[in-house]
This record gives sequence, C-alpha cells and structure tokens, in this order.
Amino acid sequence: MTCLIMLASGIHFVLLVSRQGKVRLTKWYSPYAQKERSKVIRELSGVILNRGPKLCNFVEWRGYKVVYKRYASLYFCMCIDQEDNELEVLEIIHHYVEILDRYFGSVCELDLIFNFHKAYYILDELLIAGELQESSKKTVARIISAQDQLVEVAKEEASSISNIIAQATK
Amino acid sequence: MSSSSTSIMDNLFQRSLEDLIKGFRLQLLGESNFISRALEEIRREIKVTDLSTKSTALHKLSYLAALHGVDMSWAAFHAVEVVSSPRFQHKRIGYQAITQSFHEQTSVLLLITNQVRKDLNSANEYEVSLALECLSRIGTHDLARDLTPEVFTLLGSSKAFVKKKAIGVVLRVFEKYPDAVKVCFKRLVENLESSDPQILSAVVGVFCELATRDPGSCLPLAPELYKVLVDSRNNWVLIKVLKIFAKLASIEPRLGKKVAEPICEHMRRTVAKSLVFECIRTVVSSLSDHEAAVKLAVAKIREFLVEDDPNLKYLGLNALSIVAPKHLWAVLENKEAVVKALSDEDPNVKLEALHLLMSMVNEDNVSEISRILMNYALKSDPLFCNEIIFSVLSACSRNAYEIIVDFDWYVSLLGEMARIPHCQRGEEIEHQLIDIGMRVRDARPQLVRVSWALLIDPALLGNLFLHPILSASAWVSGEYVEFCKNPYETVEALLQPRTGLLPPSIRAVYIHSAFKVLVFCLRSYFSAEESTLSFSAQEFSSASSSMNAFTYESILNLVNVIELGLGPLSGTHDVEVQERAKNVLGYIGMIKQELAEKLNLQDNETEVFRVTAFMEDVFSEELGPVSATAQEKVCVPGGLELKENLGDLEEICGEFLKPVESDSVSDTDKISFSVSKLRIRDQQEASSSSSPPHEASSLLAEHRKRHGMYYLPSQKDDPDNNGTPNDYPLANELANEISPDPFNPKKKPNQSKQRPVVVKLEEGDESRNPPQAKLDIETVNDDEYLSRAIQSALLVKNKGKEKDKHETNLNSGQHEKDESSRIEDQQNSEKKKKKKKKKKNGERSSKHKSRGRNVVASASEQVIIPDYLL
Repeated sequence: MTCLIMLASGIHFVLLVSRQGKVRLTKWYSPYAQKERSKVIRELSGVILNRGPKLCNFVEWRGYKVVYKRYASLYFCMCIDQEDNELEVLEIIHHYVEILDRYFGSVCELDLIFNFHKAYYILDELLIAGELQESSKKTVARIISAQDQLVEVAKEEASSISNIIAQATK
Repeated sequence: MSSSSTSIMDNLFQRSLEDLIKGFRLQLLGESNFISRALEEIRREIKVTDLSTKSTALHKLSYLAALHGVDMSWAAFHAVEVVSSPRFQHKRIGYQAITQSFHEQTSVLLLITNQVRKDLNSANEYEVSLALECLSRIGTHDLARDLTPEVFTLLGSSKAFVKKKAIGVVLRVFEKYPDAVKVCFKRLVENLESSDPQILSAVVGVFCELATRDPGSCLPLAPELYKVLVDSRNNWVLIKVLKIFAKLASIEPRLGKKVAEPICEHMRRTVAKSLVFECIRTVVSSLSDHEAAVKLAVAKIREFLVEDDPNLKYLGLNALSIVAPKHLWAVLENKEAVVKALSDEDPNVKLEALHLLMSMVNEDNVSEISRILMNYALKSDPLFCNEIIFSVLSACSRNAYEIIVDFDWYVSLLGEMARIPHCQRGEEIEHQLIDIGMRVRDARPQLVRVSWALLIDPALLGNLFLHPILSASAWVSGEYVEFCKNPYETVEALLQPRTGLLPPSIRAVYIHSAFKVLVFCLRSYFSAEESTLSFSAQEFSSASSSMNAFTYESILNLVNVIELGLGPLSGTHDVEVQERAKNVLGYIGMIKQELAEKLNLQDNETEVFRVTAFMEDVFSEELGPVSATAQEKVCVPGGLELKENLGDLEEICGEFLKPVESDSVSDTDKISFSVSKLRIRDQQEASSSSSPPHEASSLLAEHRKRHGMYYLPSQKDDPDNNGTPNDYPLANELANEISPDPFNPKKKPNQSKQRPVVVKLEEGDESRNPPQAKLDIETVNDDEYLSRAIQSALLVKNKGKEKDKHETNLNSGQHEKDESSRIEDQQNSEKKKKKKKKKKNGERSSKHKSRGRNVVASASEQVIIPDYLL
C-alpha cells in the first residue's frame, strides 16, 4: 500500500468538505482502497474542521502535508508530500475556486451539490496525474464549455421524438 | 420489441442524477436506507441494454461511491460497456467511473485496452483527453506497454491541449513500463524548448518527478533546465525547475555554484511568495555552502517571520529549521521572532518554533531557554505544555546530559516541571531523577532537597500523572538519605495518609524508603552516642535540622511513627505492600524492646546495634547505571545449549525447593524471618561497609555449584574457576567499568561552576538508532530499471542530436525513420539488450564527430554532467 502511494506524484488527493463535515467532492490520484478513503476523510475532516479561522492553512498528517482553505462554507483540501510547495498548492486551490466561480457565476455550495460531476470535469482539466496542467482560467473555461456543448447537441438529438420512435421501432 | 419498449420506459422514467441528489436532500428514510434503495434501482437500470439508461445509472453510482463511500467495484464491467459508447457524454461518465474505481487488480481492466487505444486515436480531442486522463490514473504495466505507441504519437500532436495531457501521462507510462522511455524520452526533452508555457510546465513537472526518484538520470539535462531557469518567468515552471535543481545540486556540487546566482536573482526579483519560498528552500536544503545565497535566503526568511500571515510565519520557521543544522547563526539572529512564535495561536506555528528553539540549545543558553519555555508551559494548553516539557527533557538528557553544567539547577528544574499543572511526562521525569542520582554524585544533595519538597506536598498525591515522579522522589530520599536535612519529616511524608492514593507498587517504594531512613537514623544515633551524649530531649526540634543529632526521644518517636503508619498495612491485600510493611515491622519488633529498655545504647555489643549496622551495610551498596549492552557483554559459553528441551527442570526445581523448606522458619516466626537469618554474620564483616551482602552471594554460590551448567560463566574469570563465591557477576558489576566523563576541554575557563562528573558507560549507553527503514525492494528495482532506461535513452538522445547536426543537410527523413523503427522495436523486448549494445557501439564510433557534448553513459555507469556548463 505505502509502496503504491509513493508512485503517485504531486497532489495525492483532493477533498471538498462542508463545514458540517459533509463530503462534497473527492478525487484520488493515489490508490486508496474504498475503506481507506472513508477513514482518511473522517480523520482529516476531524482535524481541519476544528481549526480556528486565523491559523495557517497547513496540517501535517501521516507524514504528508494537507493544504486546506476555507471558502464560505466549504473546505478545499489537497494532500501533498513533505517537500512540495505549500504556497503553490494554495494557489492551485484558489485557482480552482476561481474557475468554479467563473463557471457557475459566484459559486455556492448548492452549485457543487447539484453539479457534482461538473466540478469533477473542471478539476480534471486543471490537474492531471496530480500535477497542474492548465494555469489559464480562460482556457479551462473554454474547454469545459466546448465539452458541454458537445453533450448538449447529443442530448437534443437523443431526446427528439423522432429519435425515440426510431429506437422503439428498431 | 418488448425489450426495447421496456428500455424506453426505463429511459423515460429513470431518475436522473439530479433527481437522486434532490431526493437525497428530501429523504425521510434515513441515509443508509435511501442509499440501499437507490442502489437497488441502479442495479436494475445498469443491466438494460440501452446505453443512456446504463450510463445514467453508472453516473448515479459514481456519485454515491464518491460522496458516500458505496462500493462500486461490482459495476466494473458496466463501466467498460459505457465507455464503448460512441457518445461523448456516455464515454465521459464511463471514464470517470473507471478512474474512480479501477485498480491494478480489477479483472476487466484487460478489456479496455482496445477501447482506450481507439479513443487515443480519435479525431475528437476531448475523447483523447478522456482516454489520457484515464491512463494517467489506472495505467498498468500491460496498458502502458500496449499504448506506448499511441502516447508517443500524441506527444508530437499539434494540439497543445492534447500534447500537454500526453506529457502528463508519460510519467505513469514510464513508471509502469520503463522501456517506454526509449521511445518517448527524446520527444519529451524536445518539449523543454517549447514556447507554450503550459507544455513547458507539464514537461518540467515530469522531469521534477523523475529527478525526485533518481537525480542522476536527469543530470545530463542540466543545460536545458538551466536555460529554463534563467529564461522562464512563469512561476509554476520555475518552482518545478528549482525542485529539480535542488535534487541535482545535492549529487553534483559543482552545479550549485552555477545555479546559485540565477536563484538569488529570482529571489530578489519576484513578488510571488510561493516562488520566493521555493528559492529559499532550495538554497537552505541544497546550496547551504554558498554563503551569499544563504545570507539572502535568511534575509527572506526574516521577512516571512515578521509577516502577519500565519502561513508565511509557519513556512519561515520551517525553512529556519532546515537551515539550523548547518547555519545556527540564522536561528540565533531570528531568536526573538522564534520566541514570539511560541505564543502564536496556531499550534503548528508553536510546535515549529519549539523545535527550532530546541535546535539551538547549548550549554551556555540552556538555562535561559528552559526558563523561557517553562514560563510558556505554565500558560499553555495541556497538549503544547507537555510538548514543551518533553522537548526540554529530551534536549537536556541527550547524550548523558551533555549540555548540563549546573546539575543543581537542572534538578530544581525537574522539580519545577512536576509542579506545572498540566504535566503528564511523569515517567520521563522519574527516569531522569533516578538516572541523575546514579550518575552524578555531586547532584545528590540537591536531588534529595527537591525530592523532599515534592514528597511533603500532599496536593501532588492526587495527580495520577505525577505518581512516577513521587516514586522516584521516594526512592531518592531513601537511597541518598545521608544528605537529608530532616529525616523525621521525610518519614512523615512517606507515611502520610494520602499515600493511600498511590498504586501499590509505588507505595512499596515509599515503605522501603522509610525503612532506609529509619536504619540510617538509628545508625547515626548510635555513632553519635559513641562520641557525645550532650543533646537533651528538649532540643529535638532544633537539633533535628542538623545531621547526626538524634536524641533518644527523637529516635523513639520515629520508630513509633513508622510503626503506627505501617501497622494497618500488614493486613493489606497487595502482597508487595504487605511484605515491605512486614519487613519494617519485623525489624522494629526486633529492636524496639531493647531500645525501650536501655536509655543509653553505648554498648556496641547490643543486638540492636549489630542488626542496624548490618542493615546499613545492606543498603549502602551503591547502585550504578547499567549499560544498555550489558547483556551482550556476557559471552555465551561453548557448552551452553539454549534450545534444549527443559524436561528435567522439574527435577531440579524439586531439589532446589527442598533445602529452602527445611531452612525456613515456622509461620508464627514469619515476620522476623529475614532478620533472624542475618545474625549469622559476624560483626567484623558487618562493619566493613563496602563488602557485598555475603548471605545472598554464598547462597547463590552454592546453587551455582550444584547447577553450574545453567549458569553463564563469569566474565572475568576462567570458566574452571566458577566455584568461588565472589565471582558471580552482580547486576551492576558492569558499572565498575565505567569511565568518568573526561572534562571537556572546549569549555570556557570563566565558568563559575565546574561541571560535576557524570558517570557515563563506555559504550551502548544511548539506545542505538533503529536500523533505517529499508526501502521497498520492488520500488527500488523499479526505479533502478527506470533510471537505467532513462540513461540509455539519453544516450540515444545525444546520439540523435549529433546526427541531427550532421545529417540535416543530407537526409531529413532519416530521423523520422529512426524513430518509427524504434517504436516497432520496443514491442519485442528480447532484442533490447542487443540494441543497447549496438547503441553503445554507435556512440563510440560517433565520438570523434561530436563537439565535446557527448555524454558518457551506459546502463551501469553513473551519468556524468557535461563540463562546459560548469
């Protein structure tokens, strides 16, 4: 298990937790088994939610560092190695939030609850294999909207009456 | 017809993800009920043939798995089905499910190879991106091997969007399938000169990871990376490049000289704190020999420390602790800021400050720092308070109290610690109190004073965490009673009613210490009687403060107090306490009558005198520290069979028990048992205080004679000579081999107080460092394999470059051909070795053409950095 985790680079996982401890998004770049995942979430939200507002944004945890930042009612957490740059990760988090904000138009927790998949897709454009892949907010926004369009067009096609009839009589 | 119509019904009335989420928020069933209902629904829907129904079901399942920890491994096959859909939105859902739930052991993983390949070759760049993302997350050896050609093609893609993702995937592919390095490495390196910041960032990220795993393999790329370091103004890129150079500089010191200046330049120029911090960290961790760079870095650290932002403060302290071992001045310069951080509201900052403070402790400032820390401990929360106490304890006791000069001060500090309300480090303090008592003779008077102060405080008995400390104090008061100012009060403290709060084992120590005090008092009373009889009973209270000034009344009083205090304990349930109490009571019973009869006990021949003198001898044997390796010093004799069956043990034990039974006294006489036996000893022996208790050793010697085969031979003597009573190694005989700590010559002459001798064993005093955790062998092998692959790829790259230089005019197509042939070759790995050899030969032959930039590299040799850079 530890050997496998070593293989992953950069960010090991991304976690979004609400102030009440509800998980809003999880993304694992290192292989954690399902059981391990729940344990990690429980442990970390216990540590992070209990920290006061004016403290630093880094927590040492199991030999790793977890960088977190609170935006409104949501805590954005990313887990990195000891020698990674904490401030850089803080910027990545901020970057992600800004992109979300731009996409949803002043994003709130409910947006993420109902569009949980969108938050995933955006994250996937931002990070690949735990590394930042796109630092331009505009580019991410453009790519996401292009993909959305692709889906919309396909949806319209699929839900048109003629399509349903065609399918039924196939 | 019927099946398709049900599928339409499913499709029309299926709950979408949004419905599920909404339902979840409104549900009244309870979370787990709702989830199991939803799962039932999903299981049904996911089986239908219609892909949009299936994909929606899968989407819902991934949602439940991601946020509610539902297991989705059972749906692996369905995820593969959804991925194969021609529609983008289905694919997207499928790939998301796969990245989320697949792992190396997922059996259907084999089924996706072709689908992923198809999507990698797709004309739709978003589909390519999905496949790449999936590969980056779940790529196995097989997948990486089979898809290397596709990844290679994508590395050359004209679309930056695809290219940067391909670069991101490459690392995973290399890791799983090192042979891919041969194919892709060159294209990867070419991208180092890319003008697109995104691509540059991606490729630098890959090299950063490679350098972390094996710095040597990236060393030949130093010139290219140096160029990026100097030219780039993109902070994301620079941070990664700095990380690479931090790794490279640690294996190639000459490189440090070269990069120090550009790094300082960035540090001066940039306003981005993340970049500044990366520069600082690079300098303090890898370029710590470059004076100017370190100075600048420390100046920047100071800027961080005075900021209000807790993040910067924390990182500043963090950087200081990296720099501390080599440049202590940097910490000393910032001492104020560090001390101030101790009262920060953030526990992380406080802890970091504490570690830093401890790193600068030396013999000159230990008392000052400890005083500061004790003040902080008093007003801190319990957690941090104990962290402070622990740090002080471990720093001061390091290497047999190396930094402590004034032991009186340190012992008082230990006493102070015990009085800090949150103190929970009782066991460590206990250990040190006893340890100092045994090692430092000069500290004993102060030790007894401190212990006495702790013992007489009834409030401390209520605190569970302090019990170990009290145990040590009691032991010290008994063991070194000769330094005690007021034995009477000590005994009172040892027997105070609240000692009932102590656990039995510690209570036993209390009683035994009271015993020692009593014996000491009697003894000094007798010796005082011998010389003078001038004290009167009225002077008791004032006389008791000076030693050897016991009156008849005071002694009688003492005996009465002990008898009164221990009386109830002779019936206690705990055997240890009972036995100790009965020992003392038995002793008192024996002497009391005589004591009561005669007012003046000048006569040396009385029973009381003899017994007391004997007990004194028993207790006066000094205990020394025992080396941690004492057991190892006892060599195993040749004839000793450690694994032999101990079947005849019964017989031997029976034999052993018999004589004891016959010797033992009747039940009624039990109390005086231990004492009565002691009378055997003649007076002469009793008066020589240094001789070991003869009784025990003669018994032992007898036993040894009878069962010699079960004994280890004594260390010093011949094995033949083991019959004599005195050669049995006593527990602390090894302590005789101690060497007094040589006086430290570097100490300043103006020290007002000389450091007392600290007993220090020759070796093995400190517990040895645990063996370093071994790296996982498999990983190492993998990494080795990977780095070997990179080294050979570099060989190709340089060869390729030379070729490019010389052959562009002649044949531009040659190069492409070279690469495509390599792709084909990578599939049959048997040829690998041959090819490598060929390459080597090729390089050798082309050496004369190169302009001194060829890199000598081979599978086994360490890569050497090109000289012209340095």
